[in-house]
Amino acid sequence: MGMTIVEKILARASGKASLKAGDVVEPRVDLAMSHENAALVINQFMEIYEGISRVPKIWDPSKVAIIFDHRVPAESPKTASNQKKIREFVAAHGIAKFHDIRGDVGGICHQILPENGYVRPGFVVVGTDSHTTSHGALGALSFGIGATEMASVWALGAALNVEVPGTIKVNVRGKFRKFVGPKDLILFLIGKISAEGANFKVLEFHGPVIQKMSTSGRLVICNMSVEAGATAGIVPADEETRRFLHDEAGVKGRINVVESDKDAVYEKTIDLDVSDLESQVACPHTVDNVKTVRQVKGTKVHQVVIGSCTNGRLEDLEVAARILKGKRVAQNTRMLVFPASARIYTQALEKGIIGEFMKAGAVIMNPGCGPCLGVHEGALGDGEIALSTTNRNFKGRMGNPNSEVFLCSPAVAAASAITGVITDPAKGAN
Amino acid sequence: MAKVVFATGNDVSTDVIYPGRYMATVLPSETPQYAFADNKQFNAKLNDGLIPSGSIILGGKNFGCGSSREQAVSALKGHGLVIVAKDFARIFLQNGINLGLQTIVCPDIVASEGDELEITSSEVFDKTSGRKFSILPLPSARQEIINAGGLIAYTRKRLREGSAAS
Ligand code: SF4
Repeated sequence: MGMTIVEKILARASGKASLKAGDVVEPRVDLAMSHENAALVINQFMEIYEGISRVPKIWDPSKVAIIFDHRVPAESPKTASNQKKIREFVAAHGIAKFHDIRGDVGGICHQILPENGYVRPGFVVVGTDSHTTSHGALGALSFGIGATEMASVWALGAALNVEVPGTIKVNVRGKFRKFVGPKDLILFLIGKISAEGANFKVLEFHGPVIQKMSTSGRLVICNMSVEAGATAGIVPADEETRRFLHDEAGVKGRINVVESDKDAVYEKTIDLDVSDLESQVACPHTVDNVKTVRQVKGTKVHQVVIGSCTNGRLEDLEVAARILKGKRVAQNTRMLVFPASARIYTQALEKGIIGEFMKAGAVIMNPGCGPCLGVHEGALGDGEIALSTTNRNFKGRMGNPNSEVFLCSPAVAAASAITGVITDPAKGAN
Repeated sequence: MAKVVFATGNDVSTDVIYPGRYMATVLPSETPQYAFADNKQFNAKLNDGLIPSGSIILGGKNFGCGSSREQAVSALKGHGLVIVAKDFARIFLQNGINLGLQTIVCPDIVASEGDELEITSSEVFDKTSGRKFSILPLPSARQEIINAGGLIAYTRKRLREGSAAS
């Protein structure tokens, strides 16, 4: 019987000849990522070694990555102290894949990993962040775990008791209309199958639309796979993956890819044609409350946010800047832009994109998670509405339970910033 | 036997259970004060000790969806709460098992706030309504972690046995 990509990856990582969904394995981990919550991981890691006579030792520090992104620069003494503690741990344990708060190599973990070539096709990647699903864009099996589980991975080098997930195949064909893209596709899919439609499953993306999609776009759909409950999203690695890793991530040498067998067994197949797809908007307070932009157009927005690990990449900023060029952000609407990494920020500067945003009246923030999770900047007032290219709109997500968050693509965000109300970019903002 | 102190709807996210702005607080000894922080009433009851340990939160489908933040689990555990839900989001369930939060998967449960539930190894009996609902057993692999007393103890055991990956 054939195997899916994920079954193959897990079989290799756990030394088995073959596997099927439902089997329980202990895969060796190729990359273990944390952000500021490494503070909790360190705490749990130290606790493991309490009471056994061994010195706490990370199984392979070269496979651990720690990126500061959630609260950068620190918003409170508490966060600053957590970050300080992590820095000391990083130095003591020789963790080289550490990205501190810096204007050259800093950024959001889900951008730092791909742009530095830390993830390769066929890898098993775990991260103490639910959007670790992003890295399936490079043909890896990548999923989120909790801090205690990460502490266990640091100690053992393997994830314990992983149940091999079943896979749902998603075939995407057709051709995107202008201003419609990966974000609309994934919002549409989540709306269709619901926030738990892929619970404990992997979404494996195929079809001509995916083959033509850039790695940047693939990161969007894998990033948000978790919003349908998926353990992971995965795009089979191909020439585009090689191009990205060689040309953009500076990876040298041969890149091997893993593909599903022709007779692999899938739980089910979902066929989508994007040719008639309109821009999509996820309405408060669940990500699967998805409508077309036409159904919600005219809704007043107080804050437009462009950025995050979902849509803070160069491609996203370019689309938005093109729409904003020569226009201005509406009165009584504020627009915040936060590039996903320092590298992207620099590229956007060099391309003149940052200048376009500023001339339009947008505020450019430092790379990082920013307002996405409502902890340290860009909070909303009572009764205010945000329109955001981020990935979650749960009650209170942007720091105020008495506010609302709508999710959309960079094109919808930019068009709406100009009018101050939710606007279909295809109809144009005047 | 214990009381349902809070019946939630479907898709309760970890942003609701433990809002992101308290994420710099990580220690299990400190997280419980922020459990359901945005639900002022319920949070106050928890912090004032008005909810006895062992009380039940009744979740709908997909309880604990969203962020992987483990604080959402340690905060509930700190108050001794038991979670009975139709089903759970993957990472929350796993974190629950790893930290020893009681998470009961009861796919057909129908109950209301105030109901008294009796939970056995195989079913939930609602004494108030007189109805019984069966519990979905946890995968056996997960049971091993529970039997060891959580993932920290289990990992210790594995380190002692020298069965780390090479
Ligand atoms: S940008 Fe938002 S969703 Fe992405 S890692 Fe940061 S907080 Fe999480």
